[in-house]
Amino acid sequence: MSIQEIIEQKLAELDPSVLKVENESHKHSVPPNSETHFKVTLVSAAFEQFSQVKRHQRIYGMLADELAGPVHALALHLYTPEEWEARGKTRPDSPNCLGGGE
Amino acid sequence: MSATVDTIKQQISENDILLYMKGTPQLPQCGFSAQVVQAMMGCGEQFAFVNILDNPDIRAELPKYANWPTFPQLWVKGELVGGCDIIVEMYQNGELQTLIKEAGQNRAESAE
Repeated sequence: MSIQEIIEQKLAELDPSVLKVENESHKHSVPPNSETHFKVTLVSAAFEQFSQVKRHQRIYGMLADELAGPVHALALHLYTPEEWEARGKTRPDSPNCLGGGE
Repeated sequence: MSATVDTIKQQISENDILLYMKGTPQLPQCGFSAQVVQAMMGCGEQFAFVNILDNPDIRAELPKYANWPTFPQLWVKGELVGGCDIIVEMYQNGELQTLIKEAGQNRAESAE
């Protein structure tokens, strides 16, 4: 299973109404077809009443193995259904790499 | 408790506005750090920073201490505010400016 599929499978536990896992590795200084940089957009009622820091920490906990291994960057855009509606159902873009990974 | 964790605690307690980043505000070495620096500059308050590329011990220990695996990390008044995604979003909706201005004001008052 690819890293992307593992991430998708694990995050499905949150019963998301939107789950989008994007591999952005090609934007960074890594070999072609790498799975190092990901962006996750996830909308779930499970985030209600939790701060952004707590939401992020929950995802980091669920993906601890992947973050300890191959995944180098993980952009998270985590919303409740109401917040997602309010922001017009869009997520921000990630920056391009500046080359200083290691 | 390792010496590195003590160092981290000291840095966090002594600096009301502290950014752990890759590179420096003048020369960020990562797109995510660069975005946060830009947001911080937009807030108009002085902030402290630690270049974790020059501090491998902190780079290794802070993620465990903070329960936050990636950099950059912005700490304000002893609390983790977030990484790039949270900071940029807070900047866009104006929350960051309020938080940073308030922290900067506190520091100015305590220095008098």
